[in-house]
Amino acid sequence: MAENVTPRVRVPRDASAGEVITIKTLISHPMESGQRRDGDGNQIPRSIINRFTCDFNGENVLDATFEPAISTNPFLEFQATVPESGTFVFTWYDDDGSVYTEEKEIAVS
Amino acid sequence: MKETMLKSAVCGMALLALPLTASAQEAELVINGEIEVTTEAPAADHMDYIRTVRSGWTFRTGETQALQMDDFDNPGMLYVEQAMSVWNTAEGEAGESCASCHGAPEDMADVRPTLPKWNEEAGEVWTAEMYINDCRENRMQAEAWDWNSQPMRNMTALLSSVSRGMPIDVQIDGPARETWELGKEIYYTRYGQLELSCANCHEDNYDNLIRADHLSQGQSNGFPTYRLKNANIVSLHNRFRGCIRDTRGEPFALGSPEFIALELYVASRGLGLDVEGPAVRN
Repeated sequence: MAENVTPRVRVPRDASAGEVITIKTLISHPMESGQRRDGDGNQIPRSIINRFTCDFNGENVLDATFEPAISTNPFLEFQATVPESGTFVFTWYDDDGSVYTEEKEIAVS
Repeated sequence: MKETMLKSAVCGMALLALPLTASAQEAELVINGEIEVTTEAPAADHMDYIRTVRSGWTFRTGETQALQMDDFDNPGMLYVEQAMSVWNTAEGEAGESCASCHGAPEDMADVRPTLPKWNEEAGEVWTAEMYINDCRENRMQAEAWDWNSQPMRNMTALLSSVSRGMPIDVQIDGPARETWELGKEIYYTRYGQLELSCANCHEDNYDNLIRADHLSQGQSNGFPTYRLKNANIVSLHNRFRGCIRDTRGEPFALGSPEFIALELYVASRGLGLDVEGPAVRN
């Protein structure tokens, strides 16, 4: 069970219609690969974020599968076109079953 | 023969180094588009061999530099955030938190630039770690943190983060002078099987390549630093230890009087620069 998992997102507050905006996301997470062993030689079980999605007004923007080689505190930066005002919903899926979501509004003029 | 070979090798490195850093030096460090940080300045009067002091930031590649220019991109800020929650949490038998005496961390902005400094009561030079543990043990009646423990590094990073952009302001005259002299002596003493002093790398050869990396001036204004190599916050004394280890010497202990003196002396070499910690470095 991963502790202190906090999602963070940066989306511009406003944009013009059809503009391509840059979105930055980061979730603090140990991303334990499952390959390491502890001091006693026991395998440390894998515990990673295995999937990340971004939706805009119900439409999927990005759906990414994360693998064990992805670093601690995975940072993802991507671009999206915003046709209208609405809400971005970001979702991270943890190996332990936890789901973390974050929402950001954007106003399009 | 050996000497000429060595000389030509050093020349070669200097030539190689020039085009790589030229662009980096021109860039200016502005954090979050608002905090302007001085990364290059005339050296303090006590500096005999360096005319211009440069922050470690100016020796890094554009990509690494960019990481420090936005708190969202700076991985060190994650640890600052962790320290923020500790700051507000009461701990120990006195039922006090950092916030109950000190208010917001921003109210402590004038602290980091002056550290390490002479503590009149204790009769010695104190670093941030010592002040923090004094608070924890005596005011909070909580357990002291280890010098290099995660919460200690986080808390020093928080203290530094609120002072970013403020000029280094350590006192080297008066009662701290003796400690400062000791630090200077250590700085110029050759240690280890390789017989290297701090100055051999960070004064005589900064900007040259050491293996595949540029030697910096070894300034401490960016500490505690987020090192990409460690993927964590690194304390100054840990960095000192790493340097002495690399000379194949036996390092002083973290928190030892020798490292505290060295911390004061190295801080004074950065007079003119601004606080940057948590900086992002290799």
